[in-house]
Amino acid sequence: MKKTFLSKRLVTSLGLFLAIALAASFTVRQELFHQPANFPDPVYNTGANPVTDAGFTLGKKLFYDPILSADYTISCGSCHIQAAAFSHHGHDLSHGIHDLLGTRNAPGLQNLAWYSRYMWDGGITNLDLQPIAPITNPVEMGDTLSAVMRKLNSHPQYPGLFEKAFGTDSITTDLVMKALSQFMISLVSADSKYDKVMRKEGASFSPDETLGFQVFQEKCASCHPEPLFTDQQFRSSGLPILEEGDEGRYLVSLDSNERFTFRVPSLRNLKFTFPYMHDGRFYTVDEVLDHYASGISHATRPDPAFKLPDGSYGIPVSPDQRKALKAFLLTLNDTAFVKNPLYDEAGSQLYIK
Amino acid sequence: MKSFILFTTFLFLLVSCNRKMAAGNNPETASSTLTLRFENSAGNQRVAMNGDRYTNATGEAFSVTLLQYFISNISLKKTDGSVITLPQDSSYFLVKESVPESKQITLTVPKGNYASVSFMLGIDSLRNTKPLAERTGILDPAGGAEGMYWGWNSGYIFFKMEGHSAAIPDNKAGTKKFRYHIGLYGGMNSPTVNNIKTITLDLKDKQVAKAGPGKKPVVIINTNILQMFTGTENISIAKNPVVMVSPFSKYIADNYASMFSLVAVDNQ
Repeated sequence: MKKTFLSKRLVTSLGLFLAIALAASFTVRQELFHQPANFPDPVYNTGANPVTDAGFTLGKKLFYDPILSADYTISCGSCHIQAAAFSHHGHDLSHGIHDLLGTRNAPGLQNLAWYSRYMWDGGITNLDLQPIAPITNPVEMGDTLSAVMRKLNSHPQYPGLFEKAFGTDSITTDLVMKALSQFMISLVSADSKYDKVMRKEGASFSPDETLGFQVFQEKCASCHPEPLFTDQQFRSSGLPILEEGDEGRYLVSLDSNERFTFRVPSLRNLKFTFPYMHDGRFYTVDEVLDHYASGISHATRPDPAFKLPDGSYGIPVSPDQRKALKAFLLTLNDTAFVKNPLYDEAGSQLYIK
Repeated sequence: MKSFILFTTFLFLLVSCNRKMAAGNNPETASSTLTLRFENSAGNQRVAMNGDRYTNATGEAFSVTLLQYFISNISLKKTDGSVITLPQDSSYFLVKESVPESKQITLTVPKGNYASVSFMLGIDSLRNTKPLAERTGILDPAGGAEGMYWGWNSGYIFFKMEGHSAAIPDNKAGTKKFRYHIGLYGGMNSPTVNNIKTITLDLKDKQVAKAGPGKKPVVIINTNILQMFTGTENISIAKNPVVMVSPFSKYIADNYASMFSLVAVDNQ
């Protein structure tokens, strides 16, 4: 009697196991978060927040849901648009609730698991803490965290989705942030032509791109090193002070040596993430290169990396070098990333089971 | 079968709970409580948020509309020199002038005679960098710590005082409002201002706190907000009506480190 019971149990568990394995093989169409072969180990602790189908789906729903803003008008996705590599397409500055304008350019979101600090000034020290800033900023989403928790906990769908993702329908700050992080770290962009050349996946640089890669390595790579194309340090590009006079990282570090410094942005997906610089003042790569050629201002204490042997500041490049450099920079665009239906707002039901 | 397992689990839990409770009643390890009671004052006046006016060292009259601060990392020294450090997880408190209960912090302590008490005004740097899962309750930026956390510059606000003063020149809004939001734990990746202050009060100045069976001492602490305005650097509300994340915050923190004093130990 007992034996029969046990073997029945065994068969049932085996069947269940097979069913789960089968289901998993069907639903995991693409690894949600992965470390590309040409990338270092990620900084984000995925051990404490492993990406799951349900967590990713929930994070994506939250990312595109204006419920996170005070008047249900602004979502994370409002200013981080996939087609613009999750930057705010064409906007120098972004408008939040009540059409209020921010002071800095919404950066693209990609490869976030490899960053140790977030925002232009690095004021945020962990990706899980990042969404608190835009949610509570009065000119972005203008809400309070407690209101967000109340709205989510009393929502007809969210408690169930948290149950699926985390095994509890009690929605906490920790779980909201973990869900958002699961979606955000899954935004891995590593399928540009450059990546395919580096990983020897059958692509190769044209002569122009090859020359441009050399120019890049000689003139740009010290601050924009591969494979993230940023050293994540805080530097001043010697941008002339505009009316507002944003003091950059100084505002969080209070270190006067860091006045007017901003995090070196990644050059990946450059084509999609214009306008450039912390305040979006340049709309084209040429304007940026013109600035580095001859526009650096001493007023904002440019980074020593720009210093030339004659004591002036700049990155001089010949017209041929510039043409080649621009050709190389175009190889950093990852079209598959900006078109991946996995991240698509409209495809947000893909993973709901 | 299922219900049997559930029932056994229930029994097991019941037994383990009972054991814990039994241990608590063991006279060898008997615990008592010691209460820290904070009384917010402005010199000789009790702080009230009803428009009452106080005068700082610079001679500026002001009223208070909000006053709250974090007390954490509490430790107690016995008369025999041994130090009792409270479990850190249960050692974070937000004292709010507007919430009377919050001004009484009752600690479970082993029996004994206590000669001094130490606490932090603020939140230690380590906790400022912990995962959100370890910031619940009073440390939850969406819960107890709402309004006491900087989302844009990851870290807690340690001390927050707001109010009005006619001494403040008209600003754009014409509200004549001052706002002191003091935090900064020293920085995670690069050093910045550290405004964490540790305060030690010697109870022997009044009398040792005797905790034991039936003895639940109350340590009454006066928090004199006028001290915030005076010290090595006198703070003028007119000149500095808003101090948040700035190098100047250091002067306020240096000043408010001396705002606590022992009123009495009530050995009940």
